[in-house]
Amino acid sequence: MDAKKVDRIAKRVIQTMVLMIVVLLVLILGYILVTGLSQTKLDFIFKISKAAQAGGGIRDQLFNSLYLLVLALLISVPLSLGAGIYLAEYAPDNWFTRMLKTLIEILSSLPSIVVGLFAYLVLVIKFQIGFSIIAGAMALTFFNLPLLTSNIENAFRNLPDSQREAGLALGLSQWKMIKGILLPRIVPSIITAVILSSGRIFGEAAALIYTSGQSAPILNYANWNPFSPDSPLNIMRPAETLAVHIWKLNSEGLTPDADAISAAASAVLIIVVLLFNISAHYFGEKLEQKLTAKR
Amino acid sequence: MENDVQKQLTSPSKATRENIRGKALTFIIASLIIVLTVAVIGFIAIKGITTFTKDGVNLWDFLTKSNWNPGSIKDGKPEVGAAPMILGSFLVTLLAAVIATPFSLAIGIYMSEYASKKTNKLLRPVLELFTGVPSVVYGFLGLVIIVPMMRTIFGGTGFGILPGAIVLFVMIFPTITSMVVDALTAVPVSYRQAALALGATQWQSIYKIVLRAATPGILTAVIFGMARAFGEALAVQMVIGNSVLMPTSLVSPTATLTSQLTSQIGNTIMGSIQNDALWSLALVLLIMSLFFNLLVKMIARKRKI
Amino acid sequence: MKNSKRHYLWISLITIMTAGLLSACQQNKNSITAVGSTALQPLVEEAAYAYGNKHGVTINVQGGGSGTGLSQVAEGSVAIGDSDLFVEQKQGIPANKLVDHRVAVVGIVPVVNPGVGVKNLSMDQLRAIFAGKITNWKEVGGKNQSVLLIHRGQGSGTRFTFEQDVMGKTSVAPGQEQDSNGSVQKIVKATPGAISYLAFAYANQPGLQKLQIDHVVPTKTNVTTNEWKIWSYEHMYTNKNKHSKLTEQFLQYLQTPAVQQDLIAKLGYISIHDMKVVKDIDGNVTPLKKGLGK
Repeated sequence: MDAKKVDRIAKRVIQTMVLMIVVLLVLILGYILVTGLSQTKLDFIFKISKAAQAGGGIRDQLFNSLYLLVLALLISVPLSLGAGIYLAEYAPDNWFTRMLKTLIEILSSLPSIVVGLFAYLVLVIKFQIGFSIIAGAMALTFFNLPLLTSNIENAFRNLPDSQREAGLALGLSQWKMIKGILLPRIVPSIITAVILSSGRIFGEAAALIYTSGQSAPILNYANWNPFSPDSPLNIMRPAETLAVHIWKLNSEGLTPDADAISAAASAVLIIVVLLFNISAHYFGEKLEQKLTAKR
Repeated sequence: MENDVQKQLTSPSKATRENIRGKALTFIIASLIIVLTVAVIGFIAIKGITTFTKDGVNLWDFLTKSNWNPGSIKDGKPEVGAAPMILGSFLVTLLAAVIATPFSLAIGIYMSEYASKKTNKLLRPVLELFTGVPSVVYGFLGLVIIVPMMRTIFGGTGFGILPGAIVLFVMIFPTITSMVVDALTAVPVSYRQAALALGATQWQSIYKIVLRAATPGILTAVIFGMARAFGEALAVQMVIGNSVLMPTSLVSPTATLTSQLTSQIGNTIMGSIQNDALWSLALVLLIMSLFFNLLVKMIARKRKI
Repeated sequence: MKNSKRHYLWISLITIMTAGLLSACQQNKNSITAVGSTALQPLVEEAAYAYGNKHGVTINVQGGGSGTGLSQVAEGSVAIGDSDLFVEQKQGIPANKLVDHRVAVVGIVPVVNPGVGVKNLSMDQLRAIFAGKITNWKEVGGKNQSVLLIHRGQGSGTRFTFEQDVMGKTSVAPGQEQDSNGSVQKIVKATPGAISYLAFAYANQPGLQKLQIDHVVPTKTNVTTNEWKIWSYEHMYTNKNKHSKLTEQFLQYLQTPAVQQDLIAKLGYISIHDMKVVKDIDGNVTPLKKGLGK
């Protein structure tokens, strides 16, 4: 067979596979959205949840999911950025470094419940932080760190050496070169990593049951004092997220309309994730344009 | 005067100091992460080993026997044979990765080589969207769609490893794909141009140059996908049949380490044999995932030559 | 842009440190935590919310499973441990350190996929099915369809009660294990030939067939007289060495009519005050002498 024929066949095969996946994804998406949004009035987004009666909403859970996302990223992005830079630019390439990287990678295979229980026993009980949104954010950091660190490290490694040489030749210190030249170039990779881990944060249930808890005090959105127990900004309050709420409705829900609410909540969750992803890509692109000369 | 000059010349410059500070900062952060990682792994190892040290379970029995009933004591020893779960986890993860990788590569190649920028902008957020779907939802979809499908095709109950792997495939697919796309787009355009200039077809440049150059990134993607598959519980539990039985075929009910762990740990008393045995499952999971990780890296090293 | 990375780091460091500091003042008088059984959680959560609103206190109710609840209350790290089981029925917990407060009763009913065509079983038949001796529904007058057993997870309170009250000394055949009422509901509905058991509150669903046992209907009234034999208490345990005024008051509140009559009925539990019999740890049932109950 000549190369041109192979080329055509390969392209056709790849296109078919892409088509299959797209159809599959559209079907799943359609199923979740249609079953979710057809059964409930949309104003349930702004109502508080109810354990016993029908007609509950997801107001606080939705807010908690978003707040937890912000907190978790605030902790894990700087940490993994630092570690990623160290591993890619400074660390000597020896067996010790390789072992550390492997350890970090296998950390992400731990079942969420194990990490949840670890965080529960150490943070919630031992350090007496209590069931709180900050304990949940720290537990999620354990999942995010491996993926974020390894993505950032790989992104640095993939940059051509000419960039580094150019920077150093201009008399910049290695640190300035990393910060000023390399870092802006890997913004798109950081965005991908953030989006992937944010998906995990939005969808995680098992680890949060033991850390940020599976019930939430009803919040008072007029209260901005971060130390008051019903303030939405308080990081020490227990916080049930949307995914935990969906899990709870599905596992022990006594609410008469549990199925409808959980389907609708899943649909809302998907829409929120989509909005987050699109805006992250958008701002990531803007940031990259600002930091580099790329147009 | 002379002293000042001497000082200036012998003491580190501003740039050097800055560099040292930067290096120290990143080093501290990296060590912090390492401390965290070692803490978690050490914690699990210590908890997981008690089954063998304190409760007197034979390691070989644990790995090879298939009776899982930690509460009941037989012949003076608790019945903790984890073989079905080890096999279940192993097969489900492997199968899911085997199904997902070709599709991820196809989408990755399509997005980095063939598709227009506009298509990419549309495809990418939609793909990444699927990482955020809670596993309960995937489990339910699997139960109402895939399990009945298996039942009609293969007979029996329809629960088993195959439906578990299919559900996991959908779950790990977005993670693998996103990372594969990143790895492929990171390959410099000059590589492709060089290949095409030499008269290679587009497929030859992809297959012989781009894929090879991106191999480390692709493997990391697969490792993370498998790691996610190992750790997933809620969705798998609903479609695998969650019963501790040796799998006899791809559609016979069995269990995974994670599904057993998740479904029982809340009901056990800390420090009891039931609880210790579950932590041992977590330890086994950790070791298996280490094994997979090293295996993938070894394959990568061989291919590089 | 210059120092933004370092700023982020500082912000997160400060956040973590404030968290640590704040945690010190968390153990105040106005807040207690209850952890444990997910089956009891909806009741305690609703009661805690009502009580907390009335008295301006925070009662934090979390799930995590009976085992977690009992472990933590025994160690004194939480005020109340919710459990589906007597503490003596779990190994490895110092039972003498804990005080039992029974707050409600839960009836458990076998459920099947409606396709099996069976609505009543004798206790012996039910036992034989779960022991794996009857493997096809036609042996008990149903359709020609094989039986699919779905258990609750080992150590679950519902499973313990079911096995104590139905199986006795007979051990169950291996089968699927699911860890929540919700998964059992979904799987029994979706799978031909499936049989499992659920708490009453979870069994009233279209697509689930509740079974009668020896023609006794699974109703609350039948549970109170022990004519329906599969039921258990819901317990809230406190630690003998850790007294808290708020804990006591909240446990008293759970015995008031507001909870025992209104809330419990609404959520599908059975009030502890309606029971005409008592069950001990070994499952023996004796009539309740008048005047003993509160």
